[in-house]
Amino acid sequence: MSMNRATAANMVLIALLLALPPLAGLMDGEFYIILVSRALILAIAAVSLNFILGFGGMVSFGQAAFIGIGAYVVGAGTMHAFEDGIEWLGNGYTQLALTVLFSAVAATVIGAISLRTKGVYFIMITLAFGQMLYFVAVGLEIYGGDDGLSLYQRSEMPGLPDLSDDRVLYYFSLGVLLLFLYLSHRVLHSRFGKVLTGCRLNEQRMAALGFPTYRYRLVAFVIAGVMTGIAGFLLANQTDFISPAMMHWTRSGDLIIMIVLGGIGTVFGPVYGALAFLLLEEFLSGIPVTIAGYRIGEYWQLIFGPVLILIILYARGGIYGFLQPRSNGK
Amino acid sequence: MTTPVLEARQLIKRFGGLVATDNLSMTVNPGELHAVIGPNGAGKTTLIGQLTGAIRPDGGDIFLHGRRITHMPTFRRSRLGLARSFQITSVFSEMTVLENVALAVQAHSGHSFRFWKPALRDPALREAAEQALDFIGLAPRRDEQVGNLSHGEQRQLEMAMALATKPRILLLDEPMAGMSQEETARMVAILGPLKKSVPILLIEHDMDAVFALADRISVLVYGRIIASGSPDAIRINPEVKAAYLGDDDA
Ligand SMILES: Nc1ncnc2c1ncn2[C@@H]1O[C@H](COP(=O)(O)OP(=O)(O)O)[C@@H](O)[C@H]1O
Ligand SMILES: [Mg+2]
Repeated sequence: MSMNRATAANMVLIALLLALPPLAGLMDGEFYIILVSRALILAIAAVSLNFILGFGGMVSFGQAAFIGIGAYVVGAGTMHAFEDGIEWLGNGYTQLALTVLFSAVAATVIGAISLRTKGVYFIMITLAFGQMLYFVAVGLEIYGGDDGLSLYQRSEMPGLPDLSDDRVLYYFSLGVLLLFLYLSHRVLHSRFGKVLTGCRLNEQRMAALGFPTYRYRLVAFVIAGVMTGIAGFLLANQTDFISPAMMHWTRSGDLIIMIVLGGIGTVFGPVYGALAFLLLEEFLSGIPVTIAGYRIGEYWQLIFGPVLILIILYARGGIYGFLQPRSNGK
Repeated sequence: MTTPVLEARQLIKRFGGLVATDNLSMTVNPGELHAVIGPNGAGKTTLIGQLTGAIRPDGGDIFLHGRRITHMPTFRRSRLGLARSFQITSVFSEMTVLENVALAVQAHSGHSFRFWKPALRDPALREAAEQALDFIGLAPRRDEQVGNLSHGEQRQLEMAMALATKPRILLLDEPMAGMSQEETARMVAILGPLKKSVPILLIEHDMDAVFALADRISVLVYGRIIASGSPDAIRINPEVKAAYLGDDDA
């Protein structure tokens, strides 16, 4: 593979991410480790959603529900481990297994129903399922209902360094992200990936060629759900807190924005999108300028919105589009 | 009597008040090229849609090799060897020519729940795809993005994809539309010998091609077959002349 601009940029980005904790340590910047950890985890969720949205053309608007599933497994698990003495529920491996299981079951049910519809209906029905799970979480008084729940402690993963160290969690998240990126890359070029791409470009033609498209799309939907669930597992650990807000539909919208911002349908694009999203949010909301008594930073979304529209209008390939001039393939 | 490869019996399709397929019965027999001609809006594409499962008929039945497939989903019919080409070119826009055909081959080489090995490095897919492209005459263009193909070349690709599924019967919806004269001649040269191994239902407006290729011609007007017979019989049929072919010799 020749080293084009995009590949070079990806290498630099990975190197920077690997070097960030020691560099941040030099300038006493725990803040950056925490901020970028969060970006990495949201990047994992965006890469997962991109698997169906970018590769398969399925605009799931309820993807944050799976973040919620992973997060609630961690939150509920550690709570039961502490309060009810069910210690195995505090174990990170058990929690990961439960996250995979619950996400897969939920994705199978949601996908099986949603994928019978197309276009706007698909968007609406996935949104509805997402909100349904959101309200389920609101109703779970045992886990704090609307207010959520603070984690008693982070997931215990015997044999691995302690996740309660922010640096460890950072590298753990980075590892998961790199793994998911590699998996996405492999799958995209595999037979399954070709089918997924074909379904996005022309599903009718795929059926005429002999592909049972529904089956393939459903499996892709489940894979993406499980991957997003794992992002939720990490996010609960990172924020030491779970609440229904994590699965609100606006969170699903944020993931879609990250993908569009970064470059839809490209393996690496969502990573740039997630980083840009969080950095912009952080930077814009920190603007100290006050006009007529209003602090600009508080209304950062008023600036973010137009920036986003400009990018969508003038850089249709997102950030990744700048790195990789559109020619052949991805 | 041999069983027809494909048979429609009293097929009916309505779009609101419009009867697009009106109690239509027809067969395609082994070794035969059966051409369906008729003016625009006669219901030719709607017929193909029902035969392939893209459109659900309101009445009647469809049989493939004697087996009733009226309610069978499209992908299963394809598995049984029913392939079509589309009137409006329907290829995968962001892929290369080879990728398009390789995907067609892939559809009929086992399941695609294979997540790891790059599909295009698989010699089984590549070789069969290259063979189909060679056959149709598109081999030199195999690495081109389909967006860069001429209209005629896209029609050829459409055909290569249908052939790559190793069909047992082909339904072709105006394959020559928009082709240059050489391309049409090439297509005629391909279809002529092909029909012996793969029977063909051909919808086409190019009358020279139809009369050169067809063993049987049916004339469709307002969803009904008004005449069916050998090319010679159709050529002199007064009803057909009036309804479709016009007064000048076809
Ligand atoms: N999906 C549809 N909804 C409503 N009317 C349709 C639809 N598809 C085709 N028709 C109508 O049915 C008739 C037959 O169309 P079609 O099969 O495309 O004709 P042909 O291929 O012979 O030109 C036309 O009058 C067309 O307008
Ligand atoms: Mg037509």
